[in-house]
Amino acid sequence: MHLSPDEIIFWQHGFIKLNATIVYTWGVMLLLVLGSKLITRRLSTGLKRSRWQNLLEIVVTMLEKQIADVGLQQPKKYLGFLGTLFLFVATASLCTVLPGYEPPTGSLSTTVALALCVLVAVPLFGIADQGVYSYFKSYTEPTIIMLPFNIISELSRTLALAVRLFGNMMSGAMILAILLTITPFLFPIVMTALGLLTGMVQAYIVFILASVYIAAATSEQKPKSGSARTAEA
Amino acid sequence: MDSMTMIAVASIVIAGITTSFGCMGPALAEGRSVATALSALAQQPDASSTITRTLFVGLAMIESTAIYCFVVSMILIFANPFWNHAIAQVAGK
Repeated sequence: MHLSPDEIIFWQHGFIKLNATIVYTWGVMLLLVLGSKLITRRLSTGLKRSRWQNLLEIVVTMLEKQIADVGLQQPKKYLGFLGTLFLFVATASLCTVLPGYEPPTGSLSTTVALALCVLVAVPLFGIADQGVYSYFKSYTEPTIIMLPFNIISELSRTLALAVRLFGNMMSGAMILAILLTITPFLFPIVMTALGLLTGMVQAYIVFILASVYIAAATSEQKPKSGSARTAEA
Repeated sequence: MDSMTMIAVASIVIAGITTSFGCMGPALAEGRSVATALSALAQQPDASSTITRTLFVGLAMIESTAIYCFVVSMILIFANPFWNHAIAQVAGK
């Protein structure tokens, strides 16, 4: 029983290793890119459209509506980044129905990478929206004494994002592995279903938290709504 | 008791206590938050999507503290640096 898919190594040549995490990440990427490419080859704007296009439209409109609900003014600007976060984590978790697959988000490497992407994206969107000086000035609000605390809160919520996703995915896989050695037939199926549910909830959580952080970074000039600031931490 | 035994006993006992105590607080907190969300839903059913979304975000935040405790337990059991160091010393002798 292994702690993370990092330990399953498919191929190794000196320093370069292909472990299960990277191979399954490539698999999920291939699935998402190929699937989208195939579905969007013949887009139709009329009433008659293929059901796959309908499915993609449902997903995209739902994501856009959620981003607008959080308070971001132009959802389409952020839809690429935030939507990819959601789709990657959701697909990585849904594919657990395939036998022999381990979600790459069950490895700390993947979740830290995603959290680092959010850590870099939040200031980028903030600066793109407000300008460099105004964004950095927002770190010194309400007083200059809060500057180290604001920086620490940025780093700690990135860490929390990574560990939350890692812990949820890893615990699902581990409980499944333990139960398989105890009661092979009934409980692992129930636990897989529970793992699917928590995977989708965690994908939504990562998406919503990233959009709340971006909303907090881009809305400093407007009169603050209580939810954006108090949702941090 | 030599140091290897002490490391093993401490790791095992603390791993169990970490998960058990670490899950009590979040469970109580989540119960309270769901109860408050339900009463808010009963008072204002048309705000249900906002309430549900906020509830889920809050539950994930609370859950993450339990996950921290779980991760510490797993580290103690499976990736314990003190145990690995002790094993390496015994193997090196």
